[in-house]
Amino acid sequence: MIHLPIVKAVDRKFEANPDEAPTEDIRDAVLQLEKEGEWIVPRVPEPYMEEKTKFGRIKKIPVEKTWHHKSCGQCGHIPGYSTSIFWLNRAFGLDYHDPMDQTSCTAWNYYASATSNPEAQAAVALRNFASAYKSGYFPVIHCGTSFGHYKEVRHALVHQPELRRKVKKIMEKLGMPMVMPEEIIHYSEWVLAMRKRIAERQVIDMSMITATVHPACHYHKLIEEDAIYDSEIYGAQRSAIITSTLKALGITVGDYSTWFDCCGFGFRHILVSRDFSRSFSVQRKIEVMIEEVNPDITITHDTGCVTTLDQSQFAGKAHGKKVGLPVLSDSQIAALAMGAHPYKVLQLHWHNTDNTRFLEKIGIDHEKMWAEFQVEADKIKRGEMPYLTWEDAEKK
Amino acid sequence: MALNPMALDLSGKKYANVAYEEKERLFDEVKADDRWHHVLYGCYECGICVAACPSARFYDFSPRVIAQAAAREDVDLMYTLMNDSVWDCSQCFSCDRCPRQNSPGQIITIMREVAVKNGLKTAKEALEGYGRIIYKIMSTGSQVSPDMLQPNAFPDWGGHVKEISDNLDVWRKALPPETLHTTETGWKITDKTIVELYLIWHMTGVMKLIEGVDEGLFMILVDVMEERLEEAGYDDISFD
Ligand code: SF4
Ligand code: SF4
Repeated sequence: MIHLPIVKAVDRKFEANPDEAPTEDIRDAVLQLEKEGEWIVPRVPEPYMEEKTKFGRIKKIPVEKTWHHKSCGQCGHIPGYSTSIFWLNRAFGLDYHDPMDQTSCTAWNYYASATSNPEAQAAVALRNFASAYKSGYFPVIHCGTSFGHYKEVRHALVHQPELRRKVKKIMEKLGMPMVMPEEIIHYSEWVLAMRKRIAERQVIDMSMITATVHPACHYHKLIEEDAIYDSEIYGAQRSAIITSTLKALGITVGDYSTWFDCCGFGFRHILVSRDFSRSFSVQRKIEVMIEEVNPDITITHDTGCVTTLDQSQFAGKAHGKKVGLPVLSDSQIAALAMGAHPYKVLQLHWHNTDNTRFLEKIGIDHEKMWAEFQVEADKIKRGEMPYLTWEDAEKK
Repeated sequence: MALNPMALDLSGKKYANVAYEEKERLFDEVKADDRWHHVLYGCYECGICVAACPSARFYDFSPRVIAQAAAREDVDLMYTLMNDSVWDCSQCFSCDRCPRQNSPGQIITIMREVAVKNGLKTAKEALEGYGRIIYKIMSTGSQVSPDMLQPNAFPDWGGHVKEISDNLDVWRKALPPETLHTTETGWKITDKTIVELYLIWHMTGVMKLIEGVDEGLFMILVDVMEERLEEAGYDDISFD
């Protein structure tokens, strides 16, 4: 029997060489199709940031001039998620566009019910990309599923000329050009790339916080070679997404054995087979995190993951399960670290699992902050002000 | 030991009365899909996909069985799986780590589409209760909306859903981004955008899929869409 020295996986670093990548770089094919006149390829606006992907290729990430492809689940049910993304942009004085000429990617429905087809899915994606192009801003995708799905659409359009032909006809009828951006960017990649600048502006110490991370399946499993990896994070054995951001904020990230597992969302399951979502989320994720790490918080970067991990804990509690772990997005914790208001900006009252203990641990007087939010909400209720403005939310 | 009522019956007896030709026709439709040659290259039967699969932990469900049945071209088994198994999949694509470069999750996507397109009874059952979501996404371009947060829709999320629904109008207005002051859609969407979305549904024939699984829903959607399209000057468009 051969005895190999045991080297802990976490101690081993991998440096990928892009010249040895086992897959094509789809972006080359996208540019080639541009040369052939198949579509317009808007470039990532300069100056951009650079991060490495799974096989060591460089991904360009825009700093500003970003067109925010919002998520229906985030905007609808956890609106502090998107608000925090915009707040971060505003805090850095960056130019961004929050469009109304944008539909959801409709992939949630597609993965749930199959009541769509590849032509429709590709046309929806390209209609949104064309809208971004027209505005002069570069798309940044808020939802993990939209991000993964659009990358699949890009892959299909590159490899299926017939699909391209069909979609071209549709776009012509809509009076819009065929547009495929140079990079497909998830907002959490922007947060990650901005991490040092965020840390420089950090006003809340988070060094006493331990977090677990849940990476979204559609971020790092769909077209996996496009996800961000970093040899300093998990030795580049897994995606660095979120973990890199949290470490920059001084947060300890605890590892747990079901890191790769999904959250239990399941697309149709979260809506009509909820027993599965609840059970999976509590038993395979939350309980494991608590047993193995006992973190103060868990951080994720997608609509379905925040929803499922957070909301499922209510039923888990009723069953006496080990639950009670607050769930936030990376945009929310980054904004919080930079001093964003937990209710006016992070909108934590839309979350389910109690997060007050976490807030207390980082020195936030949540009762006072909630009272401040209530003052504004009461003014809206009495008709004294129509909306909470950015200025209201940002005033100290 | 009592038989598990949730167990997947792979004996073939359940659908023995369905003509082989019909099962074959559906499988041929699956194989004719443009994606087919990118999602299945054969199967080692290694079970790696099962180890990664969340649905396999909670249901009598196996992506390996689906990949195997497809690779062996087992027409009877594919029919059983198309009816009784594919809707358990979570579409997470954890199974994309297959060493044979298969994507069992994508095989399932294609099988589901064929099941929907052909109006299989089991597809209709799987999508029962899902109609309001289809209505939302098709008619508004945004899948979930704030006003869906009603206690009777999410009883297992506890009392906080009621708190949100009681305060919905005020809490939406207490959101700084101006696009989020909506309750019926995730964000404000322009009329032009919605009309373009309807034109996409029209040109790609997806309404036919909906007609296959829920005729009532189809009719409601057609009314809403045709009226809006007519207002926008597209009075010659019909979904029938
Ligand atoms: S589909 Fe792939 S992972 Fe699953 S059993 Fe077959 S070869 Fe193995
Ligand atoms: S996509 Fe479906 S079959 Fe594949 S791992 Fe996820 S739940 Fe299992």
